[in-house]
Amino acid sequence: MNEHTQLKFLNAPINADSTTDIIYMMCPMHLLTIEEKIREIKNGQVLSILTDYDGALEDIPAWCNKTGNEFMGIYEDSDHYKFYIKKTKELP
Amino acid sequence: MKKIYLDYVATNPLHPEVLDAMLPYFNELYGNPLSIYEPGMKARTALEQARESTASLINAKSKEIIFTASGAEANNFALKGIAYANQSKGKHLIVSKIEHHSILNTARFLEKQGFAVTYLPADKNGTVNPSDVEKAVTKETILISVIHASPEIGTIESIAEIGAIAKQKGIIIHTDAVASVGNIPVDVNSLNVDLLSFAAHQFYGPKGAAALYVREGTRIVPLIYGGIQEGGRRAGTENVPAIVGMGKAAELAKRDLQKRIDHVKALRDKLIENTSRIDKILLTGHPQLRLPGHASFVVEYIEGEAMLLLLAAKGIYCASGSACSSKALKASPVLLSIGVPSHVAQGSVVFTLGQETTEEDIQYFNETFPQIISRLRQISPYAKGWEGTEDSTCTAKK
Repeated sequence: MNEHTQLKFLNAPINADSTTDIIYMMCPMHLLTIEEKIREIKNGQVLSILTDYDGALEDIPAWCNKTGNEFMGIYEDSDHYKFYIKKTKELP
Repeated sequence: MKKIYLDYVATNPLHPEVLDAMLPYFNELYGNPLSIYEPGMKARTALEQARESTASLINAKSKEIIFTASGAEANNFALKGIAYANQSKGKHLIVSKIEHHSILNTARFLEKQGFAVTYLPADKNGTVNPSDVEKAVTKETILISVIHASPEIGTIESIAEIGAIAKQKGIIIHTDAVASVGNIPVDVNSLNVDLLSFAAHQFYGPKGAAALYVREGTRIVPLIYGGIQEGGRRAGTENVPAIVGMGKAAELAKRDLQKRIDHVKALRDKLIENTSRIDKILLTGHPQLRLPGHASFVVEYIEGEAMLLLLAAKGIYCASGSACSSKALKASPVLLSIGVPSHVAQGSVVFTLGQETTEEDIQYFNETFPQIISRLRQISPYAKGWEGTEDSTCTAKK
């Protein structure tokens, strides 16, 4: 994990404009789903991804870094993670 | 010799239009739907079109359809997937005693994994009482699964009512609709179900293509991990020709459903009317609320297998019920659970009609079947009654 993809844990969930639940889905569904869902929201809106896939802890911040979108943080719920991404850039 | 197929519940012949739709996907359109070049994209488009028409047959959204290789896989997926996804909420499941083995054996497997299962009884017509479902619910209940229509006795269950109970109590409900989809109207919303299994070969589609409907927002643990096929919920390169066939078969079933029902029901009623005149024979399952092309009986003093063999010798192909009866020569658990004594259950025979069944076929059957019963009863050791059997007082009542 490089300096740009540091984990940022939140104390409380954030209100998201769009939520997608991919709990029990494995790699690479988290990355495919982000791509699909981020295209559906507007710049400035927040996407929440619910997943229990541990690999997402590294992959989602790295994806945000790569695509220029803002990784807002992770809220650790009882049996899954909630990732928050603010759309700051249109995907090509 | 005439050949009369009366085993449509075992499988259907492929509709010629379904075969035509499938053939290009065995030849020039062989691409993998995940490939990003043209042959792959064509396969993907076909797959998604098939998903749409398959969903439409049961009034679902296309994203709620997960293609599987069989109804049995869909049933395994539903039970295991929901049980594992919800085990933190509770570890109790409810199924009926008249389920298909792909439900019953999966439930037994889950019992070995630490889940508790309640097996609900059915009445003499094979009907599961919705109030029994309600009474069986505990704080630990996470899943209810009741068959929509029994392939063995034809009874159609009150799934909408059971679904409403599940919904009110916040419990996930699945129904095995393999025998019903394509044969009677099925709407996942009016049935109030969260999951539903169905298979293409029960409505003139190919074997090897089936589906599990999973209501949007329902979490399920995959049965097969691997790639991203079926949204990551069922890995493995898709059986594109078979799925295309399922899509076409679904389109035809939706278009022709009422016509198909009218055709088989009229002939089935004639078969039941004539067969019921035979002495010591009992229609199993519900007399009215049953699949339209389905007639099932127990015939006293003779064995189902003997009837099957003599019928086959006359060109009539039918079944004796469950695999228990036909392969292991055991009494069918479904018949036993609806109160048929085990020695009577040995005389189980199931006739299921389809679109190719004709008036002449039923006439020939109606002439032939009584003769076969009479011949077998002449050589039966029980021809004079059930004396000496485990329950000689209990006979099928006319």
